[in-house]
Amino acid sequence: MSNADTRYLFKRYNTWWVKVAVPKTLREELGYDLRKSLQTHDLDKAQELRWQVVEQLKAKINQAKSQESLDLFSVPDQAVTQYVPPTDTANPQYYHKVVECQHACPAHTPVPEYIRQISQGNYNEAYMLNWESNVFPGILGRTCDRPCEPACRRTRTHEKAVAICRLKRVTYDHKDDIANLIPTPETGNGKKVGLIGGGPASLTVARDLVMMGYQCTIFERDPQAGGLMRTNIPSFRLPEEVLNEEVDQVLNLGIKTEFNSEIKSMKDFLGKDFDAVFVGTGAPKGRDINIEGREDAHRNIHIGIDWLTSIAFEHTKSVGKKVIVLGGGNTAMDCCRTAIRLGAEEVKVAVRSPFDQMKASEWEIEDALGEGIPILDNHVPKRFLIKDEKLVGMEFEKVEAVFDEKGKRSLVPTGDDPIILECDDVLVAIGQDNAFEWIERDIGIEFGEWDMPIVDKVTFQSSNEKIFFGGDAAWGPENIIWAAAHGHQAAISIDKFCKSSDLYERPEPTTTLISQKMGVHEWSYNNDISQAKRFLVPHADQKNALKDLKMEVELGFDEITALEEAERCLNCDIQTVFSEDLCIECDACVDICPTDCISFVHNDTEENLRNKLRIPAINLNQQILVSEELEQTSRVMVKDEDVCLHCGLCAERCPTGAWDMQNFLYQEAKAYS
Amino acid sequence: MTYIVKPKNHHPLLEKNELGLTRRDYEGAVSTLCAGCGHDSISSAIVEACFQLSIESYKVAKLSGIGCSSKAPAYFLNQSHGFNSVHGRMPSIATGAAMANHELLYLGISGDGDSASIGIGQFIHCARRQLNMTYIVENNGTYGLTKGQFSATNDLESKSKYGDDNLFPSIDLPSMAIQLGASFVARSFSGDKEQLVPLLKAALSHKGFSFLDIISPCVTFNNHNSSTKSYDYIREHNDALSRPDFVPSGKEILTDYPKGSTVDVPLHDGSLLSLEKISENYDPADKIKAIQNIQESQRDGKVLTGLLYADPEAKDLKEILNVSDKPLNEMNLNDLCPGSEKLKDINSGLK
Repeated sequence: MSNADTRYLFKRYNTWWVKVAVPKTLREELGYDLRKSLQTHDLDKAQELRWQVVEQLKAKINQAKSQESLDLFSVPDQAVTQYVPPTDTANPQYYHKVVECQHACPAHTPVPEYIRQISQGNYNEAYMLNWESNVFPGILGRTCDRPCEPACRRTRTHEKAVAICRLKRVTYDHKDDIANLIPTPETGNGKKVGLIGGGPASLTVARDLVMMGYQCTIFERDPQAGGLMRTNIPSFRLPEEVLNEEVDQVLNLGIKTEFNSEIKSMKDFLGKDFDAVFVGTGAPKGRDINIEGREDAHRNIHIGIDWLTSIAFEHTKSVGKKVIVLGGGNTAMDCCRTAIRLGAEEVKVAVRSPFDQMKASEWEIEDALGEGIPILDNHVPKRFLIKDEKLVGMEFEKVEAVFDEKGKRSLVPTGDDPIILECDDVLVAIGQDNAFEWIERDIGIEFGEWDMPIVDKVTFQSSNEKIFFGGDAAWGPENIIWAAAHGHQAAISIDKFCKSSDLYERPEPTTTLISQKMGVHEWSYNNDISQAKRFLVPHADQKNALKDLKMEVELGFDEITALEEAERCLNCDIQTVFSEDLCIECDACVDICPTDCISFVHNDTEENLRNKLRIPAINLNQQILVSEELEQTSRVMVKDEDVCLHCGLCAERCPTGAWDMQNFLYQEAKAYS
Repeated sequence: MTYIVKPKNHHPLLEKNELGLTRRDYEGAVSTLCAGCGHDSISSAIVEACFQLSIESYKVAKLSGIGCSSKAPAYFLNQSHGFNSVHGRMPSIATGAAMANHELLYLGISGDGDSASIGIGQFIHCARRQLNMTYIVENNGTYGLTKGQFSATNDLESKSKYGDDNLFPSIDLPSMAIQLGASFVARSFSGDKEQLVPLLKAALSHKGFSFLDIISPCVTFNNHNSSTKSYDYIREHNDALSRPDFVPSGKEILTDYPKGSTVDVPLHDGSLLSLEKISENYDPADKIKAIQNIQESQRDGKVLTGLLYADPEAKDLKEILNVSDKPLNEMNLNDLCPGSEKLKDINSGLK
């Protein structure tokens, strides 16, 4: 009996059945196998009957096969072609987009990775990860505009973003001597690059290129390098020691410097025998205001950035008792806070726009208000008031913002009486422009709108192939982190240019994806979600701080607070990686997911698919991860990345390891490796 | 085992029910059952059903016996009453509790070992007495807690994980329940929440003994190729009678089934279980047909699921015994024990 031939036969509820397997390509249509009851419990009879049935079932399969080959030539069903294809996670940009802080950072700093290093007390490693990406961790940790923080997933799952910027500062504040961690530049390759301007963009280009053996020379009009980081950011926000340390760290790699040497003619400069030239001269010209009385009161009207520069180099040491600052950007905030520290008794900021449309970063406005400086919004300057040839005040017109149908704003006078404010000095911080008078127009650099050079968005090359632009000099005022990002790209281009290769063939980022599984339910990252609120950075005692121009206001996190803040990071770089071939569709992941990210549904168009998830994926800025069709039910797994906490519970409750938590490290390509 | 506490955070768009609670408010502790256990899906379906019915957790009593299934009440409704009884004795505890306070919603969670082996006598009498409760058997056909021996619901042709043949035919609990007089009998599958959740909602709303046999694969001991209670086997052989849709009391029926293809089961609280017929022979009010359907599908090697039988008009135990409307636990000593004088009166009345 045990040796009986039971090919194609199986027994169910005491009855013999025939079963014929279906080829994989036809399973969607026919199921896994075709079966038919022989309606007998007698094995001998079943053995006799089976062949005929097997033939019948095989014929059915063959018929479906020929139908399928016919289908190949017919027009595909429209509904089917609109189905969402399985997500291509091999494309590095998919998982990169999930790490939103890193994606939002212009220099693509691996944020969660360095935060994890902080939480392990590895400040040196954390600092170096930053140094590789953004060159100035200590400076940026104090001054960055933080595009990463609004992108932080915690703003959607909890309330406030992780204090990413201040954690970057922690890497600087708590590191040891990292001199031996800085790589040694390669020996000279004989190529020379001239860099005009000594700000963050030029320093980044120089750092990347000197590593590869280029001889780099920076030409700076001021007596020290640093550009706007030195001249425009007051030392109570960015202490000189920090600035000097990080600027010198770059210069000491072997970069030549020519200080106090303003380049007045590009034509002459091109005669200096450089293989390539980088222009990183920033946007050095502060905008002026042309209203009645400007000429007569010129002695007491100062252009904000020039005024800050003269304070940085200690040419200006005092200011009048009553000061008005015009403008609502970060420079205006720096001006008003500097004026108070220089001894002004009454400082007011007057801004044209409504308060909530001011350009300054939220935290800089908070700091100014915290120092008791009133911000008067909807105030349009009308004229300077002069008495006895001396500035005594300003007249403003009160306006309100009105938006037309297209959303365009106009400031309409309210008709109230003009407002008169007394003052001794006025600081004008209403914007800054580029200044390219020193570039001759006949040397092959084309200029476009607003007298700006035409610069390629990808290669940073101008129409003179030897000359590259970056930082604020390329497309107008941005932030330091953008200058660093531009610098890396320009360095890649300059290297390619010097090697005569195609500038548009940009190097791919390096990525790694490594499982974090340590044991059955243990991961090599802390997957317990901290419910702590964002920690505040302690400030120096205000009484003393307001008297001292050089006393740093923010004190930075101590080690314990830094650790707790670091624990708030959701580890968005630990990706939820799904393998459909392992899934048994038991729903365990769906049941456990705290934020209902995972659904198993039948495939559809993207719009329908997003709508039929457990909770509709209405945030279209967020991707959905779609699997291949699953074996048992032909559904697909769809994960909405929007509010995934990366807690790994899906992977912990998965019996087959179809979900795994894998560390995705994305490193943006740089000129040197 | 999961070591971390499930984060409290939920999706910002998570729906709230009439009580202002989210589904998350009906959860319990993180499960300590094996990852992928069907029981966890059932717990999750119970959470969903109670959330959708806007049940107040403190008006629910969860009762269980012994086994993997009987651990499950710890993993849902953590604001409810609970009693984890001796093996197979959940029905007597439920009966006692329901007699003392019939105002709670009684939810018994049992397994195939707890109900079809050691506790089968209790199960039989509980069904026969029409106790007003929802009785769920999380049926995986194996003794998972003692490492995979055959249980009494394991099918004859199924083999154990270790290759042993099963020598005895299986007990079909729904057939038994129908024969014993249970007034709501259904079978479902832990991996099909679209069917399970409406059935659970109807069972919880039904007055009388609601019995649900839920096939719940044991990922560790009974999810192998020769198992008839594995995820893939059930998915392949699932023979659904109907597609259920639960319509709460006072809500308009929005489902748009073709005429003649639906069967409606009105429940005593005004809600309705609307069933889209899949099988032509289907009539959940007909006891004999129900048993016939089960037998036929068994013969054909299929697993019949859906609402098998329902009699919404049947009396429950409280009505049969004519128990007072005021729960016994709310009565004072004088009402419960009126004294020897009253006893004399009664006795004399019987002379």
